[in-house]
Amino acid sequence: MLNIINLTKTFNPGTSYELRIFNDFNLHINKGECTGILGANGCGKTTLFNIISGVLRQEKGTVSLNGKIIDNLKENERARFIGRVHQNPSAGVSPSLTILENISLSDKKCQKFTLRKLINKQKIESYREILKTLDLGLENKLNTEVKYLSGGQRQSLSLLMATMNKPELLLLDEHTAALDPKTSRLVMEKTQELIKSYNITTMMISHNVRDAVKYSDRIIMLDKGEIILDVRSGQVTEKELLNIYNSRNYGSPLQEAV
Amino acid sequence: MNTLILTSIEQGLIFSVLAIGVTITFKILDFADMSVEGTFPFGAFLFAKLISGGFSPLISTLLSFTFGTLAGLLTYTLNIKLRIKALLSGILTATMLYTINLRLNGKSNMGLFSYPSIYEGHEPVIVLILIILAVKMLMDAFLKTEVGYLLIATGDNETLVKSLGEDSNKYKLIGLMISNGLVALSGALMAQYQGFAEITMGTGIIVVGIASIIVGDTILRRNKLLKATTRAIMGALIYKFIGALAIDLGLAPTDLKAINAIIVIIFLTYNTFNPLKIKKADEYKVVEEAKC
Repeated sequence: MLNIINLTKTFNPGTSYELRIFNDFNLHINKGECTGILGANGCGKTTLFNIISGVLRQEKGTVSLNGKIIDNLKENERARFIGRVHQNPSAGVSPSLTILENISLSDKKCQKFTLRKLINKQKIESYREILKTLDLGLENKLNTEVKYLSGGQRQSLSLLMATMNKPELLLLDEHTAALDPKTSRLVMEKTQELIKSYNITTMMISHNVRDAVKYSDRIIMLDKGEIILDVRSGQVTEKELLNIYNSRNYGSPLQEAV
Repeated sequence: MNTLILTSIEQGLIFSVLAIGVTITFKILDFADMSVEGTFPFGAFLFAKLISGGFSPLISTLLSFTFGTLAGLLTYTLNIKLRIKALLSGILTATMLYTINLRLNGKSNMGLFSYPSIYEGHEPVIVLILIILAVKMLMDAFLKTEVGYLLIATGDNETLVKSLGEDSNKYKLIGLMISNGLVALSGALMAQYQGFAEITMGTGIIVVGIASIIVGDTILRRNKLLKATTRAIMGALIYKFIGALAIDLGLAPTDLKAINAIIVIIFLTYNTFNPLKIKKADEYKVVEEAKC
């Protein structure tokens, strides 16, 4: 599915702040799996996502998706098959537009945007149905501007919008980190429902070890741009993971999830 | 007093085209485009060039809009392609336009009384109302299209636009070009109205545009259904009227620019220190806390 071969990435090359984050990094992600990615801040998780989604360019190595090399595609061109949900709930929506307008935009994702009217009255009912699956009452707030929604509602909407065109690969970048424990669990469950029903290959960055064990099929732990652990989630317990994580001498030990 | 009201309405209508243009960059795209200072006289001088070259007033006015969009293209190139900061890009465009404006007709002041204008044979106010209605309706319709919504989304969240598979820079270009075209159109309308094009007519014009938006938003805040274009038009009219009133009360026309700036300061201060608004913000906070 996703194949990363000999990836090398250096920040600020040639300066005293030079930082080589990946050196001949290799990773293969299987189709239909949810891979949890753990690691301390600065270990390269988000950089990895940025390279996969085209925000950053690598110096060396190739990234291919389903056998097709995507290195020369721009961020917006990769959006056709890669969806991403960010940590910040506002990053995946347009806050000054209404829910209906946001959904309508994402429904047109990767198609040609024209001078036709965006809002299609015949589709409103189907949008309502999709929003109902979130179970947050958003289907009755179609004309509410997204900036008036709570973080959890906004993140659920982002998730919906990112998966609407059924991307081949979904990148979840700590997408529940900014939410309270209860909302975070809700969003996580919605995420699982969505990726299971659409059978989307997923990579999920998380600092919550329990979530990683519970929701992913495979767990990868990164440290300084290297994979230090790569296991099926059934082969390892939460406690073992925490021990490995903390034994790597990170700045602050990871606490057990609440 | 009657002529004063009529004049301020007419000028307010002309400036409302400018205000709609500035709304697109400053409010919708969140792009502080200062090139307006050069584009407004650019429209006026373009009109002067075209009308003296034998074109009809209508064609000259429409072409002023068309060529005005090129100023937006220049600012875009500086900002996106050459990666100069937005504010500086606009200022550089305005500075370049200053020379271009002088070169266009070879002089800094050009009388237009001997040429026909689009107001000829009609009441200027009627002509202007028709033009503003056309601009407003076209803009409103545009902002309801798929491309229009992407323009709004670009100002809101570029990451989202990219995740929709679109290049957000394209929408910045569209916005900047329409905005500058409208400002040039406003300049062409003003040149015909006052009967001359002059190099200093753009000085401080950005304040007029921003002031119109602020006044429109402040006075009409309670009405949520009003479109941004309507607010800009109402804002320009009210703003112009307050300025005219100040002159009628005995202030000299040379004081106008200071009055303009003071009006903006008053409205901004009102927005910041308005007890009603502060109370409302508190209520909102309470509701938010209760939700948690």
